[in-house]
Amino acid sequence: MQNSTKILFLAGLLALELGCEKTFPSAPEDATLLDGPVEGLSNDQARQFLAGDKAFNAEIFTAATGLGPLFVATSCGSCHPGDGKGHPTNALIRFGQSDSSGNQFLHLGGPQLQHRALPGYGPEQIPAGAPFSKLLPPANTGLGFLEIVPDAEILALADPDDLDGDGISGRPNWVDLPGYLSPRPDAIAQHGKYIGRFGKKAAVYDLLQQTANAYNQDMGVTSTYAPFDTYSGVEIDPEVPNKTVEDVVFYLRTLKAPIARNTTKADVAAGKLLFEQSGCASCHMPTLRTGASRIAALEFREIAPYTDLLLHDMGPELDDGYTEGSALSSEWRTPPLWGLGLSKNSQGGEYHLLHDGRANSIETAILLHGGEGSGSRDRFKALSDTERRQLLAFLESL
Amino acid sequence: MKLKFSFFYPKSCLPFFLLAVATSAFGQTQLPLVSDADSTKPMNMDATYTRPFLQLGKMPVALGGYVEANTAWTSEDGVSEGLSFQVPRVTLFASSAIGRYIKFLTEIEFEEGGREINVEYASMDVQFLPALNLRGGIILNPIGAFNQNHDGPKWEFVNRPVASTQMLPATWSNAGFGVHGKFYQGPWTFGYETYLTNGFDESIIDNPEGRTALPEAKENGERFEESFNGRPLLTAKTAIRHRQIGELGLSYMGGTFNKFEDDGLTVDKKRQVHVFAVDFNTQLAATATTILGEWAWVLVDVPDTYDPQYGNKQYGGHLDIVQQVFSGPILRWQKAAFNLAARLDYVDWNVGNFDNTGDSIGDSLFGISGGVGFRPTAQTVIRLNYVYQWKHDLFGNPPAHLAGWYFGLSSYF
Repeated sequence: MQNSTKILFLAGLLALELGCEKTFPSAPEDATLLDGPVEGLSNDQARQFLAGDKAFNAEIFTAATGLGPLFVATSCGSCHPGDGKGHPTNALIRFGQSDSSGNQFLHLGGPQLQHRALPGYGPEQIPAGAPFSKLLPPANTGLGFLEIVPDAEILALADPDDLDGDGISGRPNWVDLPGYLSPRPDAIAQHGKYIGRFGKKAAVYDLLQQTANAYNQDMGVTSTYAPFDTYSGVEIDPEVPNKTVEDVVFYLRTLKAPIARNTTKADVAAGKLLFEQSGCASCHMPTLRTGASRIAALEFREIAPYTDLLLHDMGPELDDGYTEGSALSSEWRTPPLWGLGLSKNSQGGEYHLLHDGRANSIETAILLHGGEGSGSRDRFKALSDTERRQLLAFLESL
Repeated sequence: MKLKFSFFYPKSCLPFFLLAVATSAFGQTQLPLVSDADSTKPMNMDATYTRPFLQLGKMPVALGGYVEANTAWTSEDGVSEGLSFQVPRVTLFASSAIGRYIKFLTEIEFEEGGREINVEYASMDVQFLPALNLRGGIILNPIGAFNQNHDGPKWEFVNRPVASTQMLPATWSNAGFGVHGKFYQGPWTFGYETYLTNGFDESIIDNPEGRTALPEAKENGERFEESFNGRPLLTAKTAIRHRQIGELGLSYMGGTFNKFEDDGLTVDKKRQVHVFAVDFNTQLAATATTILGEWAWVLVDVPDTYDPQYGNKQYGGHLDIVQQVFSGPILRWQKAAFNLAARLDYVDWNVGNFDNTGDSIGDSLFGISGGVGFRPTAQTVIRLNYVYQWKHDLFGNPPAHLAGWYFGLSSYF
């Protein structure tokens, strides 16, 4: 073969390779991902979303940039991989409060345990006698929609005295607002307290409070919102600027809601019916409606979070003895179920469900329900194998 | 005045061509060692001197260097940042024969268009005997093979091996002293090197990478002036080479990396880092195939109460296969060559299991690369590469898929 022929042959081979359409990986289907923005952001909003994404997922704190010296995690994203639920390795521990009288262990480092420390420092220990609970990081998706569900809609779902006699008695967690927060225009107050809606106990009012707390309590990073160093207890200069905090809040607000999958499959449709017939939907409310927002892409939408944002007594089965705000230690906010089927994609391939990840399957999580959830749990137990499979197929589709 | 090229570099280091036989474990390519029968030919440890230099008349100083220019088109999970062009490094080196058996060589690297300028190497060698040389200055720690043998024109791939640069800290140089030498016995050559240098610091476990990362210590430029903790880093390597079989190297690097005392007060326990590496290279003369690779283990004393994303054990390496498919005259070049090359990369930055669940810790990368290299001359390569990588996060969630096309040229000058 002549040299020129060889060169042509190789060049042809290269052209063939370059022309192949499959040389780059295809993007995963949107419905299989929890991250990504809501549709309809303006260009400037998209820029802020990206800035928040970078701060949330790419900014890893070090000793030089404010980490610790006591902390739980080094970045926001390390606890919420892919904006999904966290792994038990990054569970955090809160301690010190057993009833609505408040946290009795604030002087000993409560409410959150910083169980990790920079080299040369000793981490916190749970004080003797302090009630505590292990809490898994939740998924971030759709939080912006939940933040603007009007208080009136949440209150309309509440039935604290179970007047309708269905055994379900949801109530809001009335919480004090930190000084830097102003109540929303449509906020409803009760004795100077407002409805919390974030956190396992619904003790957090909005995403700004959640973010400022997380920087401070999870990473040991101070801000103007939470200026006290968790190690020394003294007020120090902000270690994260307000702009970054606000970008992260915007990012969390504008993450898309999880997209349901396989909704046309017969098993999924049958499972949805069983979900409602079993009474699960009494707490895991299939739809809510958002109110007004400065972000047009979020406001006045019907969403399907499968939560009522209320506290429910889950009985001794899930009572760790620890609580926040006005919740009882056995009360937990109904966790949103949207994105449930994608949880294991952020938890290392296995489910780690319920507040502390004790359930390694959806079925186990259902069977561990107690208190107000016991009726639905028992109805689930009574289902045939086929019906159980259908119900689980529906939950996997969320 | 007469210009004279002095080539210390093996002639048959000609280009290879990629053969994507992606089967076994990991890989990459360096310039082939010559398949002559001279047992005194250079070993990997000689890489800093086996470069083309330009010598002016009888002046005792020789000059050289190399440049790399690339373009990259990459995508991660279907999202591409488009096409970009880069000049990752321009390197100048100068050597000087100061006197009989005394020589000096320096390598100055301009990275990213001059944004970073580093004296990567600047050492004086005093040869007492072939088996006993004193070396002092800024040296390249002889851990693995790539750290000392990293010149762009020697490789068929635009990208450097992942494990060598993102687990091991190549290119990793420090101020220090040591000895090296070689012994010859028939077809065998035995070489050794051992140095005491400044070394790592706490950034290897406290860094914005969010993982144990030895390369982070490169950010500390003060290591050329003073030790971070007053404890030297020991690096030692032995290598044996048979002129027909190839070369096998074993190396170790380790020491205390943290500041355990400050102003006379104890502030932490002494924490150690240990790195072990094995490297090899061979050339199959019958098929004009070059095979080379490197594998390393990193052990770091990470506090038990620290974030588990900073692992205390890592391993990884690469394997390169380079197949020459043509050599001879092409267009204007009489000794041109085409090579095919394949590389396998693997790194696990956090080996082990989570304490609380027993699940395997992720944070790993597996990559395959294929490439075509055209070498109009031995010291110049024009290369086209395709890279595909699977990257797992800390928890072993479904991997991110990365792919990229790279085109570039690199040449000594």
